[in-house]
Amino acid sequence: MSAAGDTRVHLDREHALKLLRQMKLIRRFEERSAELYGEQKIRGFLHLYIGEEANAVGVMQALTPEDAIVATYREHGHALARGLPATEVMAEMYGKASGSSRGRGGSMHIFDAGQRFYGGNAIVGGGLPLAVGLALADQMQQRNRVTCCFFGEGAAAEGEFHESLNLASLWKLPVLFVCENNRYAMGTALERSESETDFCRHATSYRIPAEAVDGMDVVAVESAARRAVQAIRNGGGPQFLENRTYRFRAHSMFDAELYREKAEVEMWKERCPIRRFHSWLIAAGVVHEVDVAALDRDIEGEVEAAVAFAEAAPWEPEADLLTDVMTPAATRGVA
Amino acid sequence: MSRRITYREAIREALQEALRRDPRVFLMGEDVGRYGGAYGCSKGLLTEFGEARIRDTPLSEAGFTGAGIGAALGGMRPIVEIMTVNFSLLALDQIVNTAATLRHMSGGQFSVPVVIRMATGAGRQLAAQHSHSFENWYAHVPGIKVVAPATVADARGMLWTALEDPDPVIIFEHATLYNDEGEIEDSGPLAQPLEGAAIRRAGSDVSLITYGGSLKKVLAAADELAREGIACEVIDLRSLRPLDDKTIAASVARTHRAVIVDEGWRSGSLAAEISARIMETAFFDLDWPVERVCSAEVPIPYPRHLEIAATPQVPNIIAAVKRALRR
Ligand SMILES: Cc1ncc(C[n+]2csc(CCOP(=O)(O)OP(=O)(O)O)c2C)c(N)n1
Repeated sequence: MSAAGDTRVHLDREHALKLLRQMKLIRRFEERSAELYGEQKIRGFLHLYIGEEANAVGVMQALTPEDAIVATYREHGHALARGLPATEVMAEMYGKASGSSRGRGGSMHIFDAGQRFYGGNAIVGGGLPLAVGLALADQMQQRNRVTCCFFGEGAAAEGEFHESLNLASLWKLPVLFVCENNRYAMGTALERSESETDFCRHATSYRIPAEAVDGMDVVAVESAARRAVQAIRNGGGPQFLENRTYRFRAHSMFDAELYREKAEVEMWKERCPIRRFHSWLIAAGVVHEVDVAALDRDIEGEVEAAVAFAEAAPWEPEADLLTDVMTPAATRGVA
Repeated sequence: MSRRITYREAIREALQEALRRDPRVFLMGEDVGRYGGAYGCSKGLLTEFGEARIRDTPLSEAGFTGAGIGAALGGMRPIVEIMTVNFSLLALDQIVNTAATLRHMSGGQFSVPVVIRMATGAGRQLAAQHSHSFENWYAHVPGIKVVAPATVADARGMLWTALEDPDPVIIFEHATLYNDEGEIEDSGPLAQPLEGAAIRRAGSDVSLITYGGSLKKVLAAADELAREGIACEVIDLRSLRPLDDKTIAASVARTHRAVIVDEGWRSGSLAAEISARIMETAFFDLDWPVERVCSAEVPIPYPRHLEIAATPQVPNIIAAVKRALRR
């Protein structure tokens, strides 16, 4: 196991199983979510992270509980990898009162103050300035913490991306920008939305050190994240990762996928981060098939327990409709 | 000859016709091309008109909306599609500070004939960043026209008139309307005026004033009330800026009671503006204070029962009518 602050990945059996377990948990959780969407238990928009699991899991290894996370509407994986209980995340997707955001947000708006998990933002690019501000607060209060901001490559076309990179660099703020480049923003391919498709060049134009990493390789992601986080903790200011990855499923649950070839999807599925890591671990003799089978049973139990929890959880009473719009007088000044 | 089509098909036909009739017209927005539009309104148009006129844009609302305004200034007739009104807030600066002011700031030298379409409204459990109604924010601003087609005929007919208008026009399409079907009369003129409210149902007991996605709820409430012997007059505003004071005042003069149904939040709402105008133009005709049915003052919550509770519904409308009639 690598301690926080170590820039190398120590892939012993325990750590390998942890990485594999987290990726598999996200995968199973989301496959089950897709079924529940079909049963209309989960409604609204549901954006699956299937295929991209190595990114959240790899990056989270480099962060401590004191660090903050800002994510997008495609954030179930980030929430689970951060350690939010699957029960509460699932209850949130149901809209139940026991959910992470008391059901108010649903799939796109998972928050957890205790875990310093700041959502769940469904305005593309909206999370970047927020991350800059969280880091500014840390800097101004002399706290050595990192704010990690995940966003898709589509967000790089928004003004907020450029404004945020500039601010973070200008003020030397402790932000780790993680661009999850899955090549498509809804139906718009990268080449048709960016004049410069190398995101590291965007970052370095703002004098932010940047590294492109294979987002289908959890170990590569973890080690790049460890280097970047260490640089931030050492006072090096913001850092930028471009994680090259791919979403295997539709953008959300409604999407005819007219914008990409089936063969392309199949080619990327060959690089499935879970399958790849699994076979590598077996071949290297780090873990055995019996370990993986035990892991799968364990995950199945965890996901089914989450579903049972969400099913049994109460709905918020309609009488509470107007709660949580403003801070109640009794708690003013406390937060 | 009349035929039934969906609201979505009506918009697609209107776009197609505009693109065929005027080479200056082009459609621009996120995923309008290969994806076919977030709500499917432009499916197939890329094949017919090509990439230059069906332009997929990056996620850059301020940039491409501003570019639409600039292209309009430069002699084109752009139709800018913004996926939803929620994301249009990123382009608010360009619309309010540029499109709406250029004509005036330049002393009348420049007009900005841009058309900006966007979806609006709640009802699909999309939570607090995808469900709001900010029509009133735009209707507040001099220098632009704001319309809300609530019927298939208006969806089919208002785009053309908007494109002929020399000034910026914003078209709001309520997201729950796209699958609704309605009649189109092909024999008559398809173009519909931008201005002027329409009386969708005549009645003598109370005036129900609404627009956009709420019209169908108001008509359903009127149907139910009719069974109880209450005759509602239903006014579809169609245009949110300018407002048709005449039609509203004339209706209130006949019915002496008004109920405004508006999916925006009550505070600072269009309903508040209309209520003030009724006070100014028809105060002495009123037998009862103007009633308002608006959204509750809360960001729209995700769970179905809370979303329903937060937004105007048939039972609230019926209750408001009964209050106004002291029934
Ligand atoms: C400001 C804004 N514009 C448009 C949308 C609609 N939208 C939601 S996700 C998305 C694509 C974003 O792509 P990307 O940033 O690459 O992230 P990905 O979905 O691939 O994870 C779009 C266009 C939005 N939510 N916010």
